[in-house]
Amino acid sequence: MLTQDIHELKIFATEIRIGLLESIKSRGFGHVGGSLSIADALAVLYGSVMRVDPKNPQWPERDKLVCSKGHAGPAIYSVLALKGYFPYEELLTLNQPGTNLPSHCDRNKTPGVDMTTGSLGQGTSLAAGMALGDRLKGRDSRTYLIVGDGEINEGQPWEAFMFMATQKMDNLVVFVDWNKKQLDGPVEDISKPFDLKKKFEAFGFHAQQVDGKDIQGILDAVKKTETVKGQPHAIILDSIKGAGVKEVEDTVSNHSMTVGKEVFDRWLNGLREELSALKGEK
Amino acid sequence: MIKIVYDGNNDPVTFKEIIGGTIADLLDKDPDVIYVDADLMSTIGTYKYHTQHPDRAINMGIAEANMIGVAGGLAAAGFKPIAHTFGPFASRRVYDQVFLSAGYAKNDITVIGTDPGVCAAFNGGTHMPFEDVALYRAIPSATVFDITDTVMFEDILRQAVNLPGVKYIRVGRKTAAKVYEKGSQFEVGKAVKLREGKDLTIIAAGIMVHKAMQAAKVLSENGIEAEVLDMFTIKPLDEKAVIESAKKTGAVLVTENHNKIGGLYAAVCEALASNLPTPAACVAVEDEYGEVGPQDYLQKRFGLTSDNIVKVAQELLKRK
Repeated sequence: MLTQDIHELKIFATEIRIGLLESIKSRGFGHVGGSLSIADALAVLYGSVMRVDPKNPQWPERDKLVCSKGHAGPAIYSVLALKGYFPYEELLTLNQPGTNLPSHCDRNKTPGVDMTTGSLGQGTSLAAGMALGDRLKGRDSRTYLIVGDGEINEGQPWEAFMFMATQKMDNLVVFVDWNKKQLDGPVEDISKPFDLKKKFEAFGFHAQQVDGKDIQGILDAVKKTETVKGQPHAIILDSIKGAGVKEVEDTVSNHSMTVGKEVFDRWLNGLREELSALKGEK
Repeated sequence: MIKIVYDGNNDPVTFKEIIGGTIADLLDKDPDVIYVDADLMSTIGTYKYHTQHPDRAINMGIAEANMIGVAGGLAAAGFKPIAHTFGPFASRRVYDQVFLSAGYAKNDITVIGTDPGVCAAFNGGTHMPFEDVALYRAIPSATVFDITDTVMFEDILRQAVNLPGVKYIRVGRKTAAKVYEKGSQFEVGKAVKLREGKDLTIIAAGIMVHKAMQAAKVLSENGIEAEVLDMFTIKPLDEKAVIESAKKTGAVLVTENHNKIGGLYAAVCEALASNLPTPAACVAVEDEYGEVGPQDYLQKRFGLTSDNIVKVAQELLKRK
């Protein structure tokens, strides 16, 4: 990909971060850490990779995204708003009574959300069923699944991973947001994931590991998945919970955060300055 | 149209034959029907179909949570999935998955839970769901069936795959009393009146329909005319039939192969309490865990017999 295009994706990732923080700021609390950590991967997927039509969110031939760590809803909503699935101002309705943007992703409420998630682990099997269903229907679609590293404390994902490999689902890519933290603390201390790349390989996957903030690296990894047939794909995102906002990254407990508007504004101003700088470099 | 052919004799055909045969026929006739199982295909005679058409009849392995999630994903992709495992695993083991990945997410699936209650016999207490109906009833908009005979099963499964929401069908695998003539067509949510009566209403489902009919015969010999309703759709409950019959007889006995908490008895009592408070009683499992043994032993052990229905009916009549 051209350097210019990577630059555009960097701008997109920053816009995603701004959108999700504006959304969470409107309520004053929310899942900041795990939303920020997937912003770069989402920028690559929706900015360059996925075949989608915001005017026709239910287009059967589209590529699908299942965010199994459903609490990262604000990140997904920010992308979808930026892509034009719904008005950007709607981001400010996050978790308001009657909203179309609940904490956790809901396919029946938000245009562009492909699957309902929130009870951790369950999105993995749903993604497997969707990818299998697309293959059986003869659709040329791909399914992208995002799971958290805390989420895979659950057993169900490993049931799903074995099934994906048994069924040789090469139309499915699993991203593991290896941000090292779950709600109560370090994943390493609570339920060790061990070597995720090796683990996925042992489960029959074509597995890669990339820096979760390296847009070029993520994009290259996704492109690579298109060339490897007969296996499902795993991309371990070596990420940081709260990535992109230093103060959030440095906060020990940053899963769900409640902070004042002035703090959100400080974070947002920092990102807006970055955005201006990125746009100035064009 | 429904034709009743009940004479107290067993059906020469087993549920197992009809379950496997009906699933295979649905798969052949409707390209959108897809069937997933958790390593129990051989128990309902579908393994052969799987070997011939592995894409349409998928063995998910012993991974029920994943099975329900995959079924949900297949529904989202445009299929009409049927998922099968034994009743306890089809209900309590996968409750959150059925509730969220299917129900809440509006991924319409049909779940068959075999060997309900005492039908689990020699698999014992670990495999004996006395709570599956209670669990499924609490899923919003779910449709819950307790199957009486093979003719009913075939018709209900054919309808269920095309109904919206979560559909749960509890059904045995062996044989049961024959009640309906082949070709009978049932209306989902509408009870079948198997016997007219004026003194008391017996509402039964599943294997207890036969016991209710046997009890009604004994009661009649003692001058008590019981009306018998086959309430095969437990949710949505045919409240109209319950209330009409209760109004006529003034006493309602419910019998089910399930814990008396949360199942058909609870559903009927809720309907009566809100509309027509009526003396009621049940012949059901008295809030116990299951245990191992032959089915006839277990029916006696848990009081699921016609003798017990007669006894409870006579006590109930004193409260009219």
